[in-house]
Amino acid sequence: MCGAFILFLVLVAVFADPLSHLIGWGPTQQDRATGTTADGLPVGPGRIHLLGADQLGRDVLVRLIYGARVSLVVGVSAAIAAVLIGVIIGLCAGFLGPAVDSVLARLMDVVLAFPFLLFAIALVTVVGPSELLEIAVIAFFSWAAVGRIVRGQTLAIREREYVEAARSLGAGNLRIMVVDVLPNLIAPVLVYVTLLIPISIVFEATLSFLGVGIIPPTPSWGNMLDDAQQGGLYQVAWWFLTFPAAALVLTTLAFNLLGDSVRDALDPRTERLFAK
Amino acid sequence: MTALPHGTSPAAAAAAAAADEDDALLTLDDVVKHFPIRRGIVIKSEVGQVRAVDGVSLTVRRGETLGLVGETGCGKSTLARCMTRLYPLTSGRITFDGHDISRLSPRAMRPYRRQMQMIFQDPYGSLNPHRRIGSIIGDPFAIHGVADGPERKRKVQELMELVGLNPEHFNRFPSDFSGGQRQRIGVARALALRPKLIVCDEPVSALDVSIQAQIINLLQTLQSELGLTYVFIAHDLSVVEHVSDRVAVMYLGKVVEIAERAALYSTPRHPYTAALLSAASVADPDRAAVRQRIVLHGDVPSPIDPPSGCRFHPRCPKAQEICGRVQPDLVPVLADPPKHVTACHFPMADGEKLGPAPAEPADAHPPGIGMR
Amino acid sequence: MLRFLIRRTLTGLLVIWLISVVVFAIFFIAPPNVAFLLLGKFQASNQQLVEQVTAQLGLNKPIPVQYWNFLVRLLHGNLGYSYYSHEAVTTLIGRALPVTASLAIGAAIIWVVSGVLIGVLSATHPRSIRDRLATLFALTGLSFPTFVLGLILLFFLFYKLHLAGIDWFPGSGYVPLTQDPWQWFLHLILPWITLAVASMAVYVRLARGQMLEVLGDDYIRTARAKGLSETRVTFRHALRAALVPIVTQFGIDVATLLGGAIVTEQVFGLNGLGALSVSSVVNQDEPVIIAIVLLAAVFVVIANILVDILYAVLDPRVRLE
Ligand SMILES: Nc1ncnc2c1ncn2[C@@H]1O[C@H](COP(=O)(O)OP(=O)(O)OP(=O)(O)O)[C@@H](O)[C@H]1O
Ligand code: SF4
Ligand SMILES: [Mg+2]
Repeated sequence: MCGAFILFLVLVAVFADPLSHLIGWGPTQQDRATGTTADGLPVGPGRIHLLGADQLGRDVLVRLIYGARVSLVVGVSAAIAAVLIGVIIGLCAGFLGPAVDSVLARLMDVVLAFPFLLFAIALVTVVGPSELLEIAVIAFFSWAAVGRIVRGQTLAIREREYVEAARSLGAGNLRIMVVDVLPNLIAPVLVYVTLLIPISIVFEATLSFLGVGIIPPTPSWGNMLDDAQQGGLYQVAWWFLTFPAAALVLTTLAFNLLGDSVRDALDPRTERLFAK
Repeated sequence: MTALPHGTSPAAAAAAAAADEDDALLTLDDVVKHFPIRRGIVIKSEVGQVRAVDGVSLTVRRGETLGLVGETGCGKSTLARCMTRLYPLTSGRITFDGHDISRLSPRAMRPYRRQMQMIFQDPYGSLNPHRRIGSIIGDPFAIHGVADGPERKRKVQELMELVGLNPEHFNRFPSDFSGGQRQRIGVARALALRPKLIVCDEPVSALDVSIQAQIINLLQTLQSELGLTYVFIAHDLSVVEHVSDRVAVMYLGKVVEIAERAALYSTPRHPYTAALLSAASVADPDRAAVRQRIVLHGDVPSPIDPPSGCRFHPRCPKAQEICGRVQPDLVPVLADPPKHVTACHFPMADGEKLGPAPAEPADAHPPGIGMR
Repeated sequence: MLRFLIRRTLTGLLVIWLISVVVFAIFFIAPPNVAFLLLGKFQASNQQLVEQVTAQLGLNKPIPVQYWNFLVRLLHGNLGYSYYSHEAVTTLIGRALPVTASLAIGAAIIWVVSGVLIGVLSATHPRSIRDRLATLFALTGLSFPTFVLGLILLFFLFYKLHLAGIDWFPGSGYVPLTQDPWQWFLHLILPWITLAVASMAVYVRLARGQMLEVLGDDYIRTARAKGLSETRVTFRHALRAALVPIVTQFGIDVATLLGGAIVTEQVFGLNGLGALSVSSVVNQDEPVIIAIVLLAAVFVVIANILVDILYAVLDPRVRLE
């Protein structure tokens, strides 16, 4: 079920352009004539705007569709980037011996102890917001958690006899890390990616909500919710809060469920847990 | 015993004399491996050492099988990993085929790795469960850039055939094989580069008895076909008796006796060897009848704080005052030929029976601590 | 134990120091126009005045020297003055801290207590309706971004009730505890829930999983066999063992608390550290940002040390070495 929803979301994001064409409104197109009432308030869901319009008369449905694109692109790329960094650094920390380990482990401590949202805001304010920077910031603050777990697993794998066997054959560190250790990490890595995607999507929405993510007028679910909160608009235009919120919650829920089932499928430990 | 970086210790001289010099493939000279026990905040201070291997000298001759026996924790595996330079040595010297390899860096060791291989005890742990066995057996080729693509596949299949595996199975995973078959995979991998020396660390201990014989036969066949030299580690004396030309007995990080197989099993000189033999299930019923079981009292002392003098003295039935003070040298005793060396002040005479071990250890030492 | 404390404190100091370097480096990469901030538009065009201010603040010195001076001031407890409001940073923080502390501590109590309780109760009856509801709650809670939850609570529990003439939950603002405890409580209920739910969900899952595992262990069977009551077994024996990873998780969560506080304060109009940090970032108020980041880092480090100690208290197998 959650798989179907995610597939639907991906399709919507990919075909955002033809969809918006079909619906008849652009993502930033302001419908002054019919989108707002005479006293400047947005119109609710109806025939002209299926899910209503926002304070500038923009179509909420079309903006939601484009918002899905932002969420998926940022969420998935940040999650993948974070896992890549986390795996590489965790692998090096766990495998290359105590000297490298103590440096990298400290580094992970620093990143984990960092008030990351504050740092993200500071960085974005200084450098100026962009989608790429947002992905970088999210990845930068998510890799350390993955790195820690990968490090622990690598430390355990390092003591296996087959690693020693590879050494006795004359294999170097790099080869052992890639050929012997990495394949053991594939299952957990897959789980991290699926679990990190919803976290990254929420992270993205939060940054956009705080005004340091996707730059308006480009729609993202986070800045739509920010618009809704501005001046208590959501009090008079419920659709304006409800739809982006629902989209966000359903998406993260779907990814969380997917992550759960991936973990159940790949991790025999959890299987045993439920069998008890 | 301190290391003599150059020159040779007396024990090594004796060991070398025991073997024909030209015949030596691998020579260990006073090899020491201590594992530091560290503790500390920023600056780690060393609070002690596990003296896993503490001054071992022996020679492995070309084409022979040297058996290595001893109780668990006496340092057999550590010694094996020192021989193949998987561990850096604390001190001592290792000569392989005339080259001193004791201080070589991992990179400099690479060419020698082609000539010496290991077979491991655990057929489950020594094969990566996530890789196909074709790729596992092909590892040595890949690492040393020997054969590629179809040629590598052909060589891998040849090897599989050589060790009695179905060459069609090269795409399977280790979990598809039984313990004995897995050990064959390990053997195939070790053979890939046609090494001169194979160190087998308890290659059959984890297998069923019926399968043990198959693997041992395979190893023996390969030895005669390919002219291999084996170091064969086991704690089972009957297995070692079956495969070895010569046998070395280890106790607490030291070799206490080395002799040709027949001599060691018929006239053990060291009380520890005698005790081991009496405890082992002996295949020959005649010999089993004459030999009464001697059960050693007490645990193996800790290698962190080994007993002074002869390390066996707290458990030795023949121990006398001097045993706790003076460490005996590994030399020919009684009327033994030079190739039979023993480290004991009061070696066993021919036909002597070992009395019961002292009930209370003469010298109270903490019981052995398992570090693993 | 003492060795352990010393080691942890040293590494903690190292972490804090590294963070101070990073924060300093950001402002080095993109320094704010301090003179402009301090003097305002008109006077900033007065070159002489600008130079005077810059010299006064030591901003004309090389960066390492500036960093050194900053460290020296820090050790004297002098955090400097806000470029924006010209107040002492300590004053600003002193004003905001009680708000965030009330928010964070209250929320943490809620999420730990109710999260663990729900998790334990569902683990004692695996696969029951109760268990399934708890799992569902956990997954949903996990999927709710903090600010979305805050907005929804505001919409229903403040605005809709307000329309219906019920004013139980104020929509924004903070009343000091010392001034009116009841109003303090009322103003914080919604923010507490907002901040607590996501973490609570994590604890439900963690506590459930741990309890399921521990309840199957041998010594729990022994305790049962000895005839101890089920409640006693659950709470005295099993929970104690199950708490270890929960405590570890708490250490991790403390680090994300400031992030959650930023969002929650934003939604509920609370003038705490989160709001202060956002406004000082927007105003490029360097001294305030640095102070808050360092404060947060100190807090995280101390919390982690406490967690490690708790860890040893809970799990007799852990030796602080
Ligand atoms: N990496 C290590 N660090 C510290 N101590 C070690 C290490 N490896 C081995 N030891 C210790 O050194 C001693 C010898 O161990 P070793 O594995 O060589 O014994 P073994 O004779 O092979 O025993 P077994 O028959 O159980 O395989 C043991 O006391 C062991 O605890
Ligand atoms: S030296 Fe002494 S203690 Fe050691 S084995 Fe010989 S008789 Fe026993
Ligand atoms: Mg061993």
